Amino acid sequence: MTPPRLIAALGGLLLLSVPAWAGATLLNASYDPTSELYRDYNAAFIRHWRAETGQSVRILQSHGGSGRQALAVMEGLPADVVTLAEPRDIDAVAARTGLIAADWRRRFPDGAAPYSSTVVFLVRRGNPRHIRDWSDLARPGVVVMSASPKTSGGARWAYLAAWGYALRRSGGDDGRAQGFMRAWLSHVPVWESGARGATAAFLRRGVGDVLLTWENEAMLARREAGGVAVEIIYPSCSILAEPPVAVVDGLAARHGTSALAEAYLRHLYSPEGQEIVARNHYRPRDAAALRAHAADFPAVDLFTVASLGGWAALWRRHFAEGGLFDRLTAAER
Amino acid sequence: MARSTVLPGFPLSLGLSLAFLALVVLLPLAGLFLHAAGLGWAGFFRVAFAPRALAAYGLSFGGALLAALLNAGAGLLVAWVLVRTSFPGRRLLDALVDLPFALPTAVAGIALATLYGPHGLLGAPLLRLGLAVAYTRLGVVAAMTFIGLPFVVRTVQPVLQDLGSEPEEAAASLGAGRLQVAVRVVLPLILPALFTGATLAFARALGEYGAVVFIAGNVPGVSEIAPLLIATRVEQFDIAGATAIATVMLTGAFLLLLAVNMAQLWQRRRREGV
Amino acid sequence: MTPARPSPWPRRLLILLAVVLLILFLLLPLLTVFASAFAHGVAAYGAALADPDALSAIGLTLTVAALVLPFNLLFGLAAAWAVAKFDFPGKSLVITLIDLPFSVSPVISGLIFLLLFGLQGWLGPWLAARDLRVMFALPGMVLVTLFVTLPFVARELIPLMEEQGTEEEEAALMLGASGWRIFWRITLPNVRWGLLAGVLLSNARAMGEFGAVSMVSGHILGLTMTLPQQVERFYNDYNTVGAFSLASLLALLGLLTLVAKSLLEKRTPTSGA
Repeated sequence: MTPPRLIAALGGLLLLSVPAWAGATLLNASYDPTSELYRDYNAAFIRHWRAETGQSVRILQSHGGSGRQALAVMEGLPADVVTLAEPRDIDAVAARTGLIAADWRRRFPDGAAPYSSTVVFLVRRGNPRHIRDWSDLARPGVVVMSASPKTSGGARWAYLAAWGYALRRSGGDDGRAQGFMRAWLSHVPVWESGARGATAAFLRRGVGDVLLTWENEAMLARREAGGVAVEIIYPSCSILAEPPVAVVDGLAARHGTSALAEAYLRHLYSPEGQEIVARNHYRPRDAAALRAHAADFPAVDLFTVASLGGWAALWRRHFAEGGLFDRLTAAER
Repeated sequence: MARSTVLPGFPLSLGLSLAFLALVVLLPLAGLFLHAAGLGWAGFFRVAFAPRALAAYGLSFGGALLAALLNAGAGLLVAWVLVRTSFPGRRLLDALVDLPFALPTAVAGIALATLYGPHGLLGAPLLRLGLAVAYTRLGVVAAMTFIGLPFVVRTVQPVLQDLGSEPEEAAASLGAGRLQVAVRVVLPLILPALFTGATLAFARALGEYGAVVFIAGNVPGVSEIAPLLIATRVEQFDIAGATAIATVMLTGAFLLLLAVNMAQLWQRRRREGV
Repeated sequence: MTPARPSPWPRRLLILLAVVLLILFLLLPLLTVFASAFAHGVAAYGAALADPDALSAIGLTLTVAALVLPFNLLFGLAAAWAVAKFDFPGKSLVITLIDLPFSVSPVISGLIFLLLFGLQGWLGPWLAARDLRVMFALPGMVLVTLFVTLPFVARELIPLMEEQGTEEEEAALMLGASGWRIFWRITLPNVRWGLLAGVLLSNARAMGEFGAVSMVSGHILGLTMTLPQQVERFYNDYNTVGAFSLASLLALLGLLTLVAKSLLEKRTPTSGA
């Protein structure tokens, strides 16, 4: 083949950008730790939908960092539904593109969060450092592992859980709460970029006395470590983490999947959906499912993000560039 | 204008190269600058030259430079051994050289962090010697050196191969000492390739993210590399901020690379002019 | 080899140094990867590779690498010919532009294409109106990989072509050979090892690239996941064996191309001799 013809042939091949899916297909853009949950749930929903309507449906999953996934939807990832880690990410898609209706929180029960989780401690077997509550993190000599709240959604929840505890203990005194935060933040030797990196450093490289992580991550980590090397510790109080879901109205309408997308998210709240949620270590909303898995999910005194001032305000104050997190971690170095 | 214009194909080859560069490199980078410009001068300076960003540039550029120097030495040695000597297992080692490219950078980072971690195979003995690698600046340099090694080996190797051993042998038969041969005869011939390899290793280390973040401590102002700052901004939908930091990195890299390439070209012209 | 050489010890010492260096710095990380991959035995390793998502990722990675390769070849040869055989103003600028993609952080390499072809970008709305999907599909991944690997072949060839000079080509020209003929018969055979090295490097890098591709792939399981991304997926799913099995496969793919190179070298006598 002569070079010009080669170029032409290759150019043609590159431009051949066929939209890769057609027919009754649904794309769920989700965040990192949910891939097993939705693998189970998708299989169940496909059966449910066939029984209900007689139609076959194909469900595609996409998983990545919650913020990156939101960015991808804004830039054209053809997702019909988003199931992300933080409401802020769905708000961002709604505000910047209008693809999601601004009132998405009211479209499904429980603020459009069909499952919840919380932040717990993972410690080494026998809890040699006697870490029982948040105050123990600030004790001299305790090494705390956490991913960076700047890059990891899970770490943001962990940070806010500590912040909520600090405010309670100080009776709402902001200055004293900051003092507590500064104390334990200075015990974090390394800011891993992702939750999984922090877990790996804790489990495999033996870094740190305690790991702050999602409840569902802690359960998976315990299983990975063979169930004996580490223990999960529930602090006196923690945060109610509510990963939200939404239909990407604009795209679903274009794909002709609006009803399907709606039903897909709705079924998460059904007994079957809630059972799958619980089996994958997320706390179900349904009281019956929660009772059935009571042994897995001890009752914890949980406070909400709203009680701390709401996501938008918390974000501006704590996580924005030059915010409180930056100042608290910079001050002591 | 051109030195050896008798050869054909100059307009075609240069035109093709420039068209490629314009489409694949310049156009996307223009978008980068435009987004950064959206901040305005004041905003740009506030983001791009904050103390934390300055510290990160220092670590990224300094670490990459150190890694490039280490690679120049190690890479030259490895290339020479692979081309000029023969011993059992040589081919296997030859194949190993490309490993840092083939492994996904995050895997490389995880493997390095495991090896050099406080309880790792290499990290534990080093720690006993008082040398902490993981989660320090040293870890950053180690990861940067790892990903850059193939560049020097693979640019020097073909030139050494092409030279054959005649110059060395001729000089040796004229009574020159081994070291003298290496420094006076071989080194000048492979210097351009060595320089190119080290430059590329530098460039690559500068931008690397995945391999480095797992072994760097990511502590602001101490062991936080500039690409991490960029990733953080992207995570927060702060595209303008991300592109501002990227613009500084890119401009710095461009000027450094340009200086190196100009110096090399100048040196080459001078040598050929004599 | 040659009787003129004195004591073999300095040479042996250098070999030893290089071997130790490579073992500590390259072989150990590789062994770490394999040790994790086979942590639960050979069967688990095989099962991890037979996972449908893994298979799809392998296919996509090979496709992307194969699509990128010809562009890299073409650009590399053209750029090296222009830069190494001719002298022109702005030459160092062109070389620097070729180097530049290496220094761009992978997040940014992906982001700049997202900003260009994404829905909020310059070309995105135009493409979307025509139902052409570049981002979150194969073309976007090919483009980004091309950006990341663009410098390899050119940068490998330039020093080699410079070192060889232009005498052979000029002699052939005087004998009346055409430009294409000179290129195919003289230049190309002369640089074939450098070309091969460049191709192998860019290929290894194309298959191993993660950060940049991850910005534009959309991470759709079984559809737009390349091998490195699938590695991350498995890793994040606590499927360590799966992650490291795929990582070892990537390393093996790299080694495989090297074996191919060795075979080629054996069949044809070395050019330098």
